[in-house]
Amino acid sequence: MTGMASNSLYNQAIIEEAKAAVGSGTIETPHVSVRCDNPLCGDRITLEALGNNGHLAEVAHRTRGCLLTRAAASIAARHARNLDTAGIEAALQQLDELLSGNKPLKEVWPELAIFRPVASVRSRQDCVRLPLQALSLALAKLGKTSNP
Amino acid sequence: MSSTLKKAFPIFASRTERFHYLDSAATGQICAAAAAALLGYETTARANVKRGVYPLADAASNAFDAARASIARYIGIDDANEVIFTSGTTMGLNLLAHCLTAELAPGDEILLSELEHHSNIVPWQIAAARRSLIVRAIPVKKDGTLELAAIEGLLSARTRIIAVAHTSNVTGAISDTSRIAEAARAAGAYFVLDGAQALPHGPVDLKRLGCDAFAASGHKMFSATGAGIVWMNKELAHRLPPFLSGGEMIRTVSLKGSTYAPPPHRFEAGTPPIGACLAMGAAAEWLASLDWTAIESEERRLTRRLLDGLSATAHTTVLGPAGFCHRRGIISFDVDGVHPHDLCQFLGDRGIALRGGHHCAQPLMERFNLAATTRASLALYNDDADIDALLEGLESAVRLLR
Ligand SMILES: Cc1ncc(COP(=O)(O)O)c(C=O)c1O
Repeated sequence: MTGMASNSLYNQAIIEEAKAAVGSGTIETPHVSVRCDNPLCGDRITLEALGNNGHLAEVAHRTRGCLLTRAAASIAARHARNLDTAGIEAALQQLDELLSGNKPLKEVWPELAIFRPVASVRSRQDCVRLPLQALSLALAKLGKTSNP
Repeated sequence: MSSTLKKAFPIFASRTERFHYLDSAATGQICAAAAAALLGYETTARANVKRGVYPLADAASNAFDAARASIARYIGIDDANEVIFTSGTTMGLNLLAHCLTAELAPGDEILLSELEHHSNIVPWQIAAARRSLIVRAIPVKKDGTLELAAIEGLLSARTRIIAVAHTSNVTGAISDTSRIAEAARAAGAYFVLDGAQALPHGPVDLKRLGCDAFAASGHKMFSATGAGIVWMNKELAHRLPPFLSGGEMIRTVSLKGSTYAPPPHRFEAGTPPIGACLAMGAAAEWLASLDWTAIESEERRLTRRLLDGLSATAHTTVLGPAGFCHRRGIISFDVDGVHPHDLCQFLGDRGIALRGGHHCAQPLMERFNLAATTRASLALYNDDADIDALLEGLESAVRLLR
């Protein structure tokens, strides 16, 4: 039944995570700053980070987006400290497995499981990916800078 | 009345679940007349046009000409050969941007507006970059209509083209075409009208609208996807160079060079989307046979109900004109604290089809300082049940999602 998709899509866990908005804000003098847009809806995440030796130390984000993007941004921010490229790749892989309806091999970020219902709504999957892509981009940018 | 009209659209009888279609500004549902023309051609009358001499081919060519004539009548044009078939508004505006700028000089100016669909912005920007032209835009007022008082200041001796939408696909605001036409005439500029959202709401009289060129899509006027039209005045059509090239648009071809067919064929390279063109002709005929005074008054009544209902809904702001004289039933709104995509998903799963996003009008979103809006767009088949469903659904969505 179609009504089910939405009921479970907007489950309490997603709504609460979006409202928690972990990491929402700005950093005064960030080492890197990245912006990711979702061309479908114009949603945008601006992510600032401090980091060193290929690891993030602190992130802050301003997320203009739907509940899915905001919930994913909140989860991403919670796991950002000490994150490196391998870490974000593992999280992205977990998310992709979830979104394609499979059981992830590794649950690196257990909270990502709240997005399981999004597997049946293809048009919204990029909403969930956007904040993780922003982290990935920030790490790629950070990799090229060595900070004091 | 809409229950009789609803019967003319096969989709409504085919749906067994709750179905409230409020996304006609994106695409209209196909009417039975257009569907029959499309299917009839593709299954029992298919042959290429303008080429064969056997009876089936001859009949296809005649039907193609007849479709052109039906559309010409629907837009108030006497000479059907002024109607050029395209694949839709986007292609039409690309054609116009390409061909009209071919004769401009570096530094010449094009005037658009802040409320344009990307299809009436990007082709002009690309042409401007290629030919070193300057693009300016008429600002939009708080109520979503064009700030035409600014137009004098935006025109210059170098303004060659003014290109604006007849009706905004975001707010439903209808442009004051006579004022724009007057300004274009005074400046010696061509007036291009994006008519994508005009044709679904009844026949138009292009002569009265005062434009020099016009583009529209069949799928928005209850026909098949894949076909649209451009109209341009005869003088222009005969003077402009071709857009796409290849078969069908030539007079002679030799390896040293080619000469081109007269319009409309000059602008119709390759095999056209014949079935979709015939369907568009059938839709135009059917639409022209309806009582538009009654349809318009019903659309106004439903628009008023929806505007009143939305204004009474907590945390909800409606964009666009408040009155009914200068707007269509295309209504964008913002629910504070609820993202349009969450709202559209939630209501979509309850059988209510709405559109959320920037509606391919990012400059207008920027004007209103919004990333996206939710849009309900009405057409001749909508009724009170659709409005009730939306307003009820909205209440529960706000309760859950906000
Ligand atoms: C005002 C306006 N112009 C242009 C277009 C582009 O039309 P199409 O996608 O049919 O080419 C649209 C479609 O939404 C529109 O609303």
